[in-house]
Amino acid sequence: MPKFLIESLLRRPRTEAPPAADDEALVELGRCLDAAAHRRLGRSLAIREVDAGSCNGCELEIHALNNAIYDLERFGLKFVASPRHADVLMVTGPVTRNMREALERTHAATPDPKWVVAVGDCALDGGVFAGSYAVAGGVDAVIPVDLHIGGCPPSPEALLRGLVALIEKSA
Amino acid sequence: MSLRAALFDAALEVAPQEPWPRIRVDEETWIRATFGLHAGDVTLLALWGEPGLVHMGLIEEETGEILVLSLDCPDGHFPSVGITHAPALRLERTVREMVGLVPDGCPDERPWLDHARWGISHPLGAEEPAAAEGAPYVFLPSEGPPMHQIPVGPVHAGIIEPGHFRFTANGETVVRLEERLGWVHKGIERAMIGADLERAAEIAARISGDATVAWSLAFARAVEAATGVEAPPRAARLRALMAEMERIADHLGDVGAVCNDAAFSLMLSQCGQLRERVLRAAGAAFGHRLMMDRVVPGGVAVDLLDPRPIAEAVAAIRAVFPRLVQLYDVTASLQNRTVGTGRLDAALARRWGAGGHVGRASGRRFDARRLPGYAPYDGLRFDVPVRDEGDVDARVWIRILEIGESLGLIEQILAGLPAGPIRVAVPSSGRATAEGTSLVESFRGDVFVWLRLDGEGRVARAHFRDASVFQWPLIEAAIALNIVADFPLINKSFNCSYSGHDL
Repeated sequence: MPKFLIESLLRRPRTEAPPAADDEALVELGRCLDAAAHRRLGRSLAIREVDAGSCNGCELEIHALNNAIYDLERFGLKFVASPRHADVLMVTGPVTRNMREALERTHAATPDPKWVVAVGDCALDGGVFAGSYAVAGGVDAVIPVDLHIGGCPPSPEALLRGLVALIEKSA
Repeated sequence: MSLRAALFDAALEVAPQEPWPRIRVDEETWIRATFGLHAGDVTLLALWGEPGLVHMGLIEEETGEILVLSLDCPDGHFPSVGITHAPALRLERTVREMVGLVPDGCPDERPWLDHARWGISHPLGAEEPAAAEGAPYVFLPSEGPPMHQIPVGPVHAGIIEPGHFRFTANGETVVRLEERLGWVHKGIERAMIGADLERAAEIAARISGDATVAWSLAFARAVEAATGVEAPPRAARLRALMAEMERIADHLGDVGAVCNDAAFSLMLSQCGQLRERVLRAAGAAFGHRLMMDRVVPGGVAVDLLDPRPIAEAVAAIRAVFPRLVQLYDVTASLQNRTVGTGRLDAALARRWGAGGHVGRASGRRFDARRLPGYAPYDGLRFDVPVRDEGDVDARVWIRILEIGESLGLIEQILAGLPAGPIRVAVPSSGRATAEGTSLVESFRGDVFVWLRLDGEGRVARAHFRDASVFQWPLIEAAIALNIVADFPLINKSFNCSYSGHDL
């Protein structure tokens, strides 16, 4: 193991340059982030991820944000284990009827000010599962959404662009 | 005469199903099959229903021969399979709540996927209005003064899918784990009814995102079986190429994640970089990092124009991964957490028909690529690694060894990719109905598809059974008498799909 660590120290970082903020996301966020919230949170946001019914494809790409290539934490963004510690709820999936209450309660457990980022095409309107007896709809059918990052699933780069916009607006 | 042959001889009628037969049987033959399951003569592949009819899929493991039994249920009842064969219990509970057929004698009358939230009952049968406010769920009892319960989920601490785990512990030791699943039930099988093939394939690709290639392939093969179509040789090879890339990417992710759950984050970091190489190669070669919607009925949706990104990713893994494996093998603090942890008994693995690394780490040498087998694997060289220890370490090793085998498969495919078309048209069957089945090896084990097409090329009925269905209950067995803190390791070493299970 020491060899691995020494090599890593001597090598240039694997992390890639950050993408620019998503313009559309900036506009969308302009509506929801006020100056008071900026002052309170600075540039650091804690994210709580909630799968409300996804196929787990979105989770794979959200996971990738934590790898050495995308390194989400350099932007002051980190995933936390409890909604009590979170500023941002990142929600995937069509919201299933079986998950609806769990999502509502997770949202209620997140302290204000808070933002909801809906991730993936299903989170927008239910995607291919829209209209099912078991699906309540997109995320905003259950809780208010501040930013939507589309894709099936969105690439880590698309996720980063949206999140960087969030950080720029809230900074 | 084998039990399968004897059951076939007792058929009242043979249904038009390809490539394996479906037979209508009487109650006596149905019960005989349930005893055969109990005796281990055949393995349960799936159990599902439709109005007035219940189906049981069986496989004879030595030959890979599959048989589907169908029993008419004119009064809405059928003899329970779960009463003598526990792996059928959750499937039977699902048949009861989804279709409304009652398994007579089933010892567990609790609902499973139906959390009383849908506003309807029996979505795959005679639908009726029902409560949507939820209902209390009674967990199995654990008695004794020093016991305490730990409820976990459905929303978990990590970036994972939702499910509920009810631990009963004595101090740190888990005495019982009971799972409650169904949270991500999206109504996939009903959404299939009446869907045209394009929409149905899109839904099938989203049964479980981490196995999207395998599920698309299983769906496509079932459609092709029903319609008598065969994907062209180039398409068959490209499908296997995508399936093996998916297998490598998922195994890399899980090897890293298991080690990370033992606080060895270096492995997660290194494996994460290799996984990213594979996904980028997939994105460059096929236009989608997870290769979603690339395998379609009749062939593949995109051709491989430039194999170089894939070859480079393979070379990168070959260069780095052996060092990581060595690191895994010599790091005592890591081995201390994985060796002997979460041991799954070989007899249980066999009885439940555990697929993938879960079965193969507990001595069950089953791989759907070998038996029943499908193109193009009969023309490719690969080993199916098997271990007997059944612990977290063995499941990690199966994944490590399978990464090596998949790299070899990819190299063989790239070296011998035939020219030619990548897709053929799928005709409507010409008959009023046509049925097809398939069994495909995803990274986590065999996935089963049964479907019936109507005369216009739409799906009339479909059933999907993920490998997770038979793996989830085995986690309950593997965790027993381990400490609570080892649950994440054990769970990750299985890595069952919630979405694939809940449908």
